[in-house]
Amino acid sequence: MKFLVCISNVPDTTTKITFTPDNKEFNKAGVQFVINPWDEYALTRAIELKEAQGGGTVTVLNVGEADTEPNIRKALAIGADDAIRVNAAPTDAFFVAQQIASVAKEGGYDVILMGKESIDYNGFQVHGMVGEMLGIPTVAPAMKLDMSGTTATLEREIEGGKEIVEVNTPFVASCQQPMCEPRIPNMRGIMTARTKPLKVVQPTSDAARTEVAEYALPPKKQGVKLIPAESAGELIKLLRNEAKVI
Amino acid sequence: MSVLVVVECDGGEVKKSSLEVASYGSQVAQLLGTTATAVAVGEATEASLAALGEQGITKVLYDAEPRLKDFVNGAYTKLIAAAAQQEDAKVLVLANSNIGAAVGSRLSVRLQASLATNVVELPKVDGGAFTVKRGAFSGKALADVKLSGDRKIIAVKKNSIEALHEAGKTAQVESFSAQLTDADFADAPKQVVMQDQAGGVLLPEADKVVSGGRGMKGPENWNLIEDLAKALGAATACSKPVSDVDWRPHHEHVGQTGITVSPNLYIACGISGAIQHLAGVNSSKVIVVINKDPEAPFFKAADYGIVGDVFDVLPKLTQAVKELG
Repeated sequence: MKFLVCISNVPDTTTKITFTPDNKEFNKAGVQFVINPWDEYALTRAIELKEAQGGGTVTVLNVGEADTEPNIRKALAIGADDAIRVNAAPTDAFFVAQQIASVAKEGGYDVILMGKESIDYNGFQVHGMVGEMLGIPTVAPAMKLDMSGTTATLEREIEGGKEIVEVNTPFVASCQQPMCEPRIPNMRGIMTARTKPLKVVQPTSDAARTEVAEYALPPKKQGVKLIPAESAGELIKLLRNEAKVI
Repeated sequence: MSVLVVVECDGGEVKKSSLEVASYGSQVAQLLGTTATAVAVGEATEASLAALGEQGITKVLYDAEPRLKDFVNGAYTKLIAAAAQQEDAKVLVLANSNIGAAVGSRLSVRLQASLATNVVELPKVDGGAFTVKRGAFSGKALADVKLSGDRKIIAVKKNSIEALHEAGKTAQVESFSAQLTDADFADAPKQVVMQDQAGGVLLPEADKVVSGGRGMKGPENWNLIEDLAKALGAATACSKPVSDVDWRPHHEHVGQTGITVSPNLYIACGISGAIQHLAGVNSSKVIVVINKDPEAPFFKAADYGIVGDVFDVLPKLTQAVKELG
């Protein structure tokens, strides 16, 4: 079975967010980039399923410029077999979805996995766009994924519960916990990752449908108002009379 | 030309987040000099749909096909696309929910529309162009996004828009059929498992949340969280370490890789405030932190704080809420 896992290169969770002087772009200077945490669930689960099947391949796909390659190598070190980088800065979700759909179509993948959303743009859009472009089902967000032959059983989170869904390959799923325990690379993985194939391809289309006009930071908090523990009940009065939330 | 809003219903009622979506849609319609129509999904009563008039909706389309009671990605997408076509909708508004994201992303391709999710304000309309403000970087930033093209889809973040209530206004409810076939239900759920809410409040829809962390010391102490939540009419939640060790179920985990909430009130009990946790709660309107460690980083993100033992403070708060009446 052929798995395609789409990963996004995002600023580390602890990054202090700043922007370029015109506020149009995120300021990458001095920022540590990581594999999007949600995508790690997709990657690890694909590797686990491949191992359970005793064959098949896991291909990692990233839409990004050359500076994303360290994290693509990291995905290979975790256990993917090969990688494809579409050489373009990801402008918006539609743009990225087109590149994924085009790679997926050409490679004939059975299962296309990605994280629920990226922690930078928080779009939660790409999964459905790719599914629609390819005319195949999407299951989003998926908390559990098991395969039996060409049939997948998934748990999809819905507000207030979950749905058990069965789909046949090919399909797209966007993954979240508690799907698996994301793996970290071991020394052997790091060594073998260096020689695993990483193919660079050019984007097939440059169409985008949205554009960021300006970024801004959210309004700052006033600072915490502390209430002594012995008069904790005062807090409730403040919440009613001052904050007016109860 | 009209604005089409997707309202999600559950157990006969329109979800609170969809009342916000309907209000958003009717205000966009007003900006564009047109009317707002709703298409309802899930289990709804005619009375609850007619009451969408209070949110400024003039007409509601409803397909009573029984298999639409549960969420089916393929069928919902086709139904909403058909409604958009019938109404010649140039703007589609839905909730930034699991359902909204699943169908909105597919619809953006099918209807050749530009899509913005996680939207927190009404759009700025300049001729045919829309600029919307949306949350980005896990709540650490806001982005003004330009939507281009003839059709636009906007997914509205929960609790960011005040729902309108114009008492007495009703919407006209019309039955609607998208001519769905068995193939559209190919990805229908085999089974739907709802959480045992026991009269509690659903976390993603809640406007008040009481949340516990490792400082609660064990699942046997959660009655303190539940008592306060019950008194406030709040939902309960937890931090990642708590769901990782199975003190509480995963669906209560708020944070970077869990649920993102933006309630009016978030009370964090015995949670230190790791950056991954803050990412899931930082757009809450008022944050209260109770922690015995005065150095807990969560206090920096809080509006109100109590430095003290949760086991001592929580019963006092519950008592004080009960005394408010």
